[in-house]
Amino acid sequence: MTAHMLALQEAAHSIPVVDPTSASGVFSLLWLVIALPLAGAAVLLLGGRATDRWGHLLGTALPIGSFVLSLVMFLQLLGRDSADRQVSQHVYQWMQVGHLDVGMDLLYDPLSALFLLLITGVGSLIHVYSIGYMEHDPRRRRFFGYLNLFVAAMLMLVMSENYLGLFLGWEGVGLASYLLIGFWQHKPSAAAAAKKAFVINRVGDIGMSLAIMLFFVTFGSTSFTVISANADGASEATLTVLGLLLLLGACGKSAQVPLQAWLLDAMEGPTPVSALIHAATMVTAGVYLIVRSNFIFDLAPNAQTAVVVVAVVTLLWGAIIGCAKDDIKKVLAGSTMSQIGYMMLGAGLGVAGYAFAIFHLLTHGFFKANMFLGAGSVMHGMDDDVDMRHYGLLHKAMPVTFLTFTMGYLAIIGFPGFSGFWSKDKIIETALADNWLVGLCALLGAGVTGFYMTRLMLLTFFTDKRWEKGVHPHESPKIMTIPLIVLAALSVLGGVMLLNDWIVDFLAPVVGTPVHEDPPLPALAITAIAVAVVAVGVALAWFLVGKRDVPRTAPQDVSFVTRAARNDLYGDAINDGLVVDPGRHLVGGLLAVDRYGVDGALTGGPVAIGAVAGQLRRVQNGFVRSYALSLLGGVLLVVLALLAVNLA
Amino acid sequence: MNQFPWLTVLALVPLVGAAAVAFVPKARGAALPKQLALAVSVVTLAVAVAIAAQYDTGGGMQLTEDHDWISAFGVHYALGVDGLGLLLILLTVVLVPVVIVGSWHDADDRNPAAFFGWALALESFSLMVFSATDVFLFYVFFEATLIPAYFLIGGFGRAGRAMAALKFLMYQLGGGLIMLASVIGLYVVSAQEGTPSYLLSDLSQLDMGTSAERWLFAGFFIAFAVKAPLFPLHTWLADTTERATPGTSVLLVCVLDKIGTFGMLRFCLGLFPNASQWATPVVVTLALISIVYGALIAIGQDDILRLIGLTSLSHFGFITLGIFAFSSQGASGSILYMVNHGIGTAALFLLAGYLIKRRGTSLISGITGVEKSAPVLAGLFLVAGLATLGLPGLSQFVSEILVLISAFDYHWWVGTVAVSGIVLAAVYVLWMYQRTMTGPGVPGVADTPDLNRREVGAIAPLVLGLVLFGFYPMPLLDVSNPTVDALLQHVGVSDQAPVVPAAGDDSAEEGQQ
Repeated sequence: MTAHMLALQEAAHSIPVVDPTSASGVFSLLWLVIALPLAGAAVLLLGGRATDRWGHLLGTALPIGSFVLSLVMFLQLLGRDSADRQVSQHVYQWMQVGHLDVGMDLLYDPLSALFLLLITGVGSLIHVYSIGYMEHDPRRRRFFGYLNLFVAAMLMLVMSENYLGLFLGWEGVGLASYLLIGFWQHKPSAAAAAKKAFVINRVGDIGMSLAIMLFFVTFGSTSFTVISANADGASEATLTVLGLLLLLGACGKSAQVPLQAWLLDAMEGPTPVSALIHAATMVTAGVYLIVRSNFIFDLAPNAQTAVVVVAVVTLLWGAIIGCAKDDIKKVLAGSTMSQIGYMMLGAGLGVAGYAFAIFHLLTHGFFKANMFLGAGSVMHGMDDDVDMRHYGLLHKAMPVTFLTFTMGYLAIIGFPGFSGFWSKDKIIETALADNWLVGLCALLGAGVTGFYMTRLMLLTFFTDKRWEKGVHPHESPKIMTIPLIVLAALSVLGGVMLLNDWIVDFLAPVVGTPVHEDPPLPALAITAIAVAVVAVGVALAWFLVGKRDVPRTAPQDVSFVTRAARNDLYGDAINDGLVVDPGRHLVGGLLAVDRYGVDGALTGGPVAIGAVAGQLRRVQNGFVRSYALSLLGGVLLVVLALLAVNLA
Repeated sequence: MNQFPWLTVLALVPLVGAAAVAFVPKARGAALPKQLALAVSVVTLAVAVAIAAQYDTGGGMQLTEDHDWISAFGVHYALGVDGLGLLLILLTVVLVPVVIVGSWHDADDRNPAAFFGWALALESFSLMVFSATDVFLFYVFFEATLIPAYFLIGGFGRAGRAMAALKFLMYQLGGGLIMLASVIGLYVVSAQEGTPSYLLSDLSQLDMGTSAERWLFAGFFIAFAVKAPLFPLHTWLADTTERATPGTSVLLVCVLDKIGTFGMLRFCLGLFPNASQWATPVVVTLALISIVYGALIAIGQDDILRLIGLTSLSHFGFITLGIFAFSSQGASGSILYMVNHGIGTAALFLLAGYLIKRRGTSLISGITGVEKSAPVLAGLFLVAGLATLGLPGLSQFVSEILVLISAFDYHWWVGTVAVSGIVLAAVYVLWMYQRTMTGPGVPGVADTPDLNRREVGAIAPLVLGLVLFGFYPMPLLDVSNPTVDALLQHVGVSDQAPVVPAAGDDSAEEGQQ
């Protein structure tokens, strides 16, 4: 108990406090980073058909503008002393009641700086790609409007200086995600998927909302500055509850178990959406939330444990689903869940892992966006077919797509030297140092990743042709392949951020400096083991998929595990059984109660009303005077009553 | 006292206008009464704007008028406006022209002059209710609003409207009768103290016995709980909104029902502060039931207009919860909620009306795929729906989070139960949207034409308000905060200080004010 308290107190001293200086110079343009894409959304969505011709160009130019601004600010930030890298800007007062005082306040520090670059950088590339991908869609302008709205909201999420502003962005990206998953609304499956995503996220929002309430009740504020400075004054129980509530929110947005079921359905959206929102940025918001709230989690070890448990379950859950899917996008979606599990794991490990969580988040943003766009390029050439059993031998027909996809593939499986190798390795290493079981699970996940990604590569680009009749695969236009090439380059080179521990030092003012802990084995040995495990996964895929004939329809006589994985490990069945069906019965029951119980008791049921109505209909005849009379009668009654009281 | 009687003029303009509209000779065509009604409502709006321009946000009851009316009973013709009254007056005068434009053709097959005349009469009486500072005067107009409301429901709308109107009237008269007992009781208590008076300013200083205060409180509260409505007094609501025209529903749910929650703040808290606190556990429970129950049965509705009516049950639960949480965030949040709910729900009702007119049915199961051919209708419907489900960036969120914070501050489990409303709201709004607006459309059914300019024009100011007050609610809060502070001081409660006072910040220690 006392040792535990001492440890916490010690932790409290080493947690950096959010204490920004007022924005000046180029930083006074912080608001503009958000305003540019927001203005784009407004123009494109309100402008109507008049903007059809140039809407996509404007919609692409504005995020690029935000990217340039972000880049300039990032360079400025690098030029500052590391102790002086927190800047804030008060845009205006949002709400003020009693001592609740919430500003539209922006915070720019190393953490948000990296996110800004990721969101606007990868975001801009995906906008460029979408010009080609959505070329023949009659509602392309609206698509760009929604994308701009998304970028603005995502920027708000990572730039807000308080939890309420973060929640504004949080829900804004949820809305954009809803609109974009359901972009092809005429497809009932897309509309249903969009609603499902929003509703499940709302369950997570319960956590966010309650956290905001508890923040206010506890600290009288929702500002990072105030809370980080006073967090050590709150009881550990409060901090643990806060941590768990934030985790619930994070589970919704980042598709972590038990709120994971929406992400696979979300693949109904156009593929650039899957790349931007459901791989590179929005779904990583949960990781951002936990890293940003480090001042809570560092003081709530039990909440951290919960984060680790959720992360480990999800990283295996997603990987297993990825193994069984034939839909190329769903494999990637399962993989995204799993990779976010790794990031969550890093975040759950505390000071030792925060920087690596963000590092993996960035490299994943590169390689997963790369692969989703690559998948989109494949679909583009295959008449929008997503079934990998209808692909095969595409490396000749689509050389650029194939090569860029391969870079992403090597990055995600952790091929030595590629970006994902560095970032995943660091998380596995840190996990092993913390708890060997967690570390082993992370290792196992890496092996499974090797399997399902190799399976995807083989089914798509190698093995034999299984194309549908009349399909003529072709390489996509330059406007789509150039973003692929850029992202592929980033997937290869992303690891440079780890040179000299740059990213760890850069983030230290936000998340603290990790105390070096010796892993149970030498780091090099762990790396070697990880590479070996991945190699086993790859080899397994080679023997099970690459060396055999691939049937064009999925075989049905499969093991229970495969069947479960194909059904998303029964995530929907669990939700239906636990929530949806009981809810449906509850609503049905309440409807009867309302009609026969509440209404019946109070109005004597429809029968009595009917009887009274029959009597009154004779009186009423629709003339004003009878009502005027009854009102007069009422007033007379009052006067009489008053007189009676007065005289009594 | 000698100044220009702004508030009387405000209420008189629509009343005189109503008479004029009603008596336009039929020979002059159907358009003239509508145009006249619109002109009158715009003039009323202008008068209200003039009032708002003079209003001093920190200044308590303003633009007061006070004349003896029935001196034997201490009844005054007394009017005045404070932050609470001002916001509701502004809501009313904005919604009436919107309703008139939005329901331009809704009464064409019956008697447009009567429809728009009654609408103006309802506006006039409601404005009196919101500015009365004499309890008796309030009561008279509280009851008087039922007359135009009854005719609007019973005279226009769909089959079954007569029954709905009757049910509405029975509930309201029942509530009114209970309140009447309390109104008389107030007189008794006031007379015992010396000179009887119905002035709010006098009554709020009364020193009544505990049990008398509780009985009187109950009389007022029940009437307001019928009006607002709260569970279990809500069953007239869905029947009414289902049968009435959407325009009538806007006037009823967005303006008239606000009298209930307005009354709770002004009369229950203002006159019976101790009894209000005494009753809090019961009221909070009813509010929580209303939130969850209203949302759940809304999910199960197939009729769009019933569904929207029932969402209001959930929202009135939130408003009541905020009022009875006794904190500045709760009270200001509730006042804001009344305004925002008025704007958002008005948009929903009118848009649902447009939709029903196009598709010839109000059943969700009978409508699908509207977005394909009517994207503007679908888009606006979605925005209004998102406001209803409390999406940040739209105005209802601000009020909802304020109320939730106050509820959590009151007790953590109250906040926790109330917050489930945000998930249920997402279900009823988005499921309705999914079923009606999305999908491939039905072969053989003609495309739904999109909104015309008049229809968009009626909705545009509402949507503008939703976005504007979502991002910048301070103009409203600046008006409501001083009134709330004064009211809570009168009740004798103050906000709780945070558990962990901010280091080096002495405002936390003074946080008691």
